[in-house]
Amino acid sequence: MIKYILIFIALVGLAWLLWPLTKDFSTPEQLNSIASQYVSGSVTDLNSPNVVTSIVVTYRGLDTLGEVTVLFLATAGVGFLLKKKSGSRSQRRDGSEILQSGAGFLAPLIMLFGVYVFTHGHLSPGGGFQGGVLIASGVLLMVMASTSFRFSHLLIQLTESLSGIAYVIIAILGVILLGANHFLDPRILPLGNWLSLFSAGAIPVIYSFLGLKVGAELSAVIESLSADGGEE
Amino acid sequence: MPWLKTRRRKMSSIIAMTVLALFCLIAAVYAVLTKKTINAVIASGVISLTASIMFLIYAAPDVAMTEATIGAGLTTVVFLYALKQIKSDKGDSDD
Repeated sequence: MIKYILIFIALVGLAWLLWPLTKDFSTPEQLNSIASQYVSGSVTDLNSPNVVTSIVVTYRGLDTLGEVTVLFLATAGVGFLLKKKSGSRSQRRDGSEILQSGAGFLAPLIMLFGVYVFTHGHLSPGGGFQGGVLIASGVLLMVMASTSFRFSHLLIQLTESLSGIAYVIIAILGVILLGANHFLDPRILPLGNWLSLFSAGAIPVIYSFLGLKVGAELSAVIESLSADGGEE
Repeated sequence: MPWLKTRRRKMSSIIAMTVLALFCLIAAVYAVLTKKTINAVIASGVISLTASIMFLIYAAPDVAMTEATIGAGLTTVVFLYALKQIKSDKGDSDD
């Protein structure tokens, strides 16, 4: 009983702390100066209809680089901690007939959609992270469906590290080609036509590498988490 | 009358948001209070799913996509795998 009273008091305290934030809140009627600069700059400087993408890849590109590094470290940690002891017996059963047939049909479509999402990140909602997670969920479906599903760890590692290196190379190319203030500037490639696939400079290229990298990393996590995963 | 239309749209989105938020809250309380861990994992997946629908209503499809794939999809599965590992470890120690 006393526990519930304490929880209630803590909740009331939290509400009291957060109340001033909600009390003064009103929906802003117009963009503030930095937001309007992003919105107009996304169209005029980068030729990208998706403002979120141009912020994530360009204006906040350094943050994205950091995020990718964090994800890489997290994956490396998971892979290190969940290293399989050799000779551990597999307890998994194959999925049911329905799951196996469904996975065989759906997994390629899901992965294809993931590729679509990250190649069209500058045109439609989504981008490298979402596309990568979609690819990983396709892999997850395959892993759940059958115990005999294997993919090459060498291929995963190569994809992951090469995409990471390519991302950094693109970032440095901005410095070399455009000048010292242009780290991660996607304008090293031509901006192209409005709404075409190869437009907005290097944004689709960067997002493709990000998507491959995230997809490879999360697939590796899923593989090592699944009961009989890991290298044989 | 575009004014009336936006107003009606605003009303319906407010109703949808309220229902979703209540559902989200109920799922969250259930996740805390339930005895079985697996129910809590499923409830947290439901929270993410409703949150992603709310993001979609607030016109943030990018965030909604991330929340749906990572929150409702991957995190749930990772939790389930972790639960399974813990259970199988327990079984080994009991033997």
